[in-house]
Amino acid sequence: MAETLRPETAESVLDVVRWAAAEQVPLEILGHGSKRGIGRPVQAEYTLNLSALSGVTLYEPDELVFSAKAGTPLAEIEKLLADANQELAFEPMDYGPIFGLEPGTGTLGGVLAANLAGPRRIKAGAARDHILGLSAVSGRGEAFKAGGRVVKNVTGYDLSKGLAGSWGTLAVVTDLTFKVLPRPERIATVLVLGLSDEAACAAMAEAMGSSHEVSGAAHLPKGMARSCGLAVESSVTALRLEGFPSSVSYRSEALNGMMRDRGAVEILDMPQSENFWRAIRDCLPFAGRSDPLWRVSIAPRAGAALMARLANEPLNYFFDWAGGRVWIEVTGSAEDAAEGAIRRAIRAVGGGHATLIRGSAALRTGLSPFEPQPAPLAALSRRLKENFDPQGILNPGRI
Amino acid sequence: MSVAMPGPKAEILARRGEIAKALSAIVPGEGVITDPDGMRPFETDGLTAYRQLPMIVVLPETVEQVQRVLRYCYDNEIRVVPRGSGTSLSGGALPLADGVLLVMSRFNKVLEVDFENRATVVQPGVTNLAVTRAVEHRGFYYAPDPSSQIACSIGGNVAENSGGVHCLKYGLTTNNVLGLEMVLITGEVIRLGGKHLDSEGYDFLGLMTGSEGLLGVVTEVTVRILRSPETARALLVGFPTNEDAGRCVGDIIGAGIIPGGMEMMDSLAIQAAEDFVHAGYPLDVEALLIVELDGPGEEVHELIERVEAIARDNNAANIRVSQSEEERANFWAGRKAAFPAVGRISPDYYCMDGTIPRKALPKVLHRMKEMETEFDLRVANVFHAGDGNLHPLILYDANDTDQLERAEAFGSAILKLCVEVGGVLTGEHGVGVEKRDLMGEMFSEDDLAQQERVKCAFDARQLLNPGKVFPELHQCAELSRMHVHKGQLPFPDIPRF
Repeated sequence: MAETLRPETAESVLDVVRWAAAEQVPLEILGHGSKRGIGRPVQAEYTLNLSALSGVTLYEPDELVFSAKAGTPLAEIEKLLADANQELAFEPMDYGPIFGLEPGTGTLGGVLAANLAGPRRIKAGAARDHILGLSAVSGRGEAFKAGGRVVKNVTGYDLSKGLAGSWGTLAVVTDLTFKVLPRPERIATVLVLGLSDEAACAAMAEAMGSSHEVSGAAHLPKGMARSCGLAVESSVTALRLEGFPSSVSYRSEALNGMMRDRGAVEILDMPQSENFWRAIRDCLPFAGRSDPLWRVSIAPRAGAALMARLANEPLNYFFDWAGGRVWIEVTGSAEDAAEGAIRRAIRAVGGGHATLIRGSAALRTGLSPFEPQPAPLAALSRRLKENFDPQGILNPGRI
Repeated sequence: MSVAMPGPKAEILARRGEIAKALSAIVPGEGVITDPDGMRPFETDGLTAYRQLPMIVVLPETVEQVQRVLRYCYDNEIRVVPRGSGTSLSGGALPLADGVLLVMSRFNKVLEVDFENRATVVQPGVTNLAVTRAVEHRGFYYAPDPSSQIACSIGGNVAENSGGVHCLKYGLTTNNVLGLEMVLITGEVIRLGGKHLDSEGYDFLGLMTGSEGLLGVVTEVTVRILRSPETARALLVGFPTNEDAGRCVGDIIGAGIIPGGMEMMDSLAIQAAEDFVHAGYPLDVEALLIVELDGPGEEVHELIERVEAIARDNNAANIRVSQSEEERANFWAGRKAAFPAVGRISPDYYCMDGTIPRKALPKVLHRMKEMETEFDLRVANVFHAGDGNLHPLILYDANDTDQLERAEAFGSAILKLCVEVGGVLTGEHGVGVEKRDLMGEMFSEDDLAQQERVKCAFDARQLLNPGKVFPELHQCAELSRMHVHKGQLPFPDIPRF
């Protein structure tokens, strides 16, 4: 069992990393551990637990900005923002339910390290698009800052983005500054019932290509809507509209007219919409189970074609991001959790990537949880890692 | 203006003929320029105070040629400066005397328009406006819109992470680029992203965007295209004081409204713009705000009313709402012509580009007024008010050495002030050579060392665009040395489990 160090200040984090760098001691970097099941298991003598590094240090609603320490619970931040009618517009997903954990765990540091996003990714971007600046300690034991607290900033390289999705392998982030946006006053969802995957992807493409500012587009194949709180047996294609009340009514009327010829249309009101999109965001159809779960990112219009190629595999799936994000749960007992078939299908429909989000430690060690990279890109990744963490002490082996 | 560039290497200059011959073998025909007259148009970019003839100009046409040119330069340790359309306002494309200037203007094709995936694939020499031109027949557009959009290239936009009026609502280049193909200095081709989102692995797309030509040469760009908003209308609001206008901007954002664009001008800029394009701007106000609201018709209608009310609460002296596309264009005409308009009232102007937290606006404007007296020079102010990005234009006469020096000192003082109030040196124009030596105002040595290490991962020999962005050039070998702080693990005060 690894020994856990739980520093309470950024200075102590620096001390720990400096010591680990001097002694070449590998560290597993952790917040709440809510995403610990993703990626290769880390073998480290010590765990650097950042959960005591907690607290919001700046929040200026009029400036649409806040700063907090890396171990601050995301739930605490979301509550603070909601009280001022604001939110993180990229809708960070909560991985807890997928792993059978309580919802609402996870820290702000983890939001960036995993580059979280939700259904609104297609309109508002991911964590990478909302981070403004940060402080961190590199694997060399050097404290540094990057970015700032203003939205428009091209002063030097965008290192804050460079650390987004790096899973703690380049530096230990201690403080983060994000931009926030107003919460929508009204939300409605237009549902189209009974569409095939192909018809749904076409419908979502049409909606996304309209001027109605659709902020979520998901498709649940037949039999899956109940797990998202809808009393519907048929397939469901959902299109979300958000904004000022008059605008939302006007647009849902227009979108209704656009979709009417494709299938039966129903409208969800604001509370129903909030529940439904939380279920999509947190992948609730596959929550509380243990079958291997893949997350695929491809060109949105290729969604149906991808699943047609995998028709003979034993699996469940649904689409988010207008078809561009596919959650695939592998129910068969294939040794490779259908990795080969999924990666081949992705290449055949124009490319993208697949990530094993849930799988046993043996599975995650045996196959490649992240998309393998072509040689020149893999070499570049290795050089970046060597520059920031030459001794490989930060989350060794994770990606 | 003076800034020290890396000294030319005599051994490279001595081999100029041989190098030109080798490059001509890679890029045949008129793709290699060596005579000074032919190279003259490339000696400067949008920052014309700096000029330098390159050793050789190369205009490749294919990715393979780019690969071979870079590989040749890598093997022979020749410096390379990439260039798009040459509209950089920070000297990002300033040539080096012993460097190859790699001009990407022949990469000018739109390769694919994919409406269903809302993506367009273009070569880097395609202009920003041409991306929109290629998709507007179906009601789509490309959101980032720098003022130079008629001329500036997408490759240059990626290098500088260009913004524009609409980035308040729709993001900068970095939020609108989906994929890149690029060539490393070693000649290796790397593909990042594509029509899908958020590739796993390190975010090289994020690092490349805004890297000012120091990391690689972009050969293909996939951008996100958006459906044009149903309606766009603008308000033109005059205020008796800058403070009133600044507060109004904060109140609009605070009310949960993100306008498509929100621009502010001070009295000197208003006067100059009005004299130049006769947009009908009020001349008896200290500050003018243009607020554009776009989206569904219903929404725009409602927001105009909300913004009007907020403006009145902040002592607006007069408010006009555009009633037609023509009138909206007219409101913008003065703002868009603000730089050339100021150019008419002064022999030269020096454009700054700091960004500050919005709330610091009154303080910064007040300090700038005081500095006008200190430096004995006038400033016209134009800002992207919504995101706090300032463009103070310092008026001076370049033929007067004393004025030139005061203008430079004034500019530095403004940027230092921006950093002091929590802002940054540059919001959208880039560091280039212009703000290079001010980087220390914002970053410590360790901060800069991390950025240089990114550079080392891409270009350890430091051959791509050296002399830009970083005030000092450290060898990558020197940077890679570990400074070990030998110590024990007592941490008596760190809780352990």
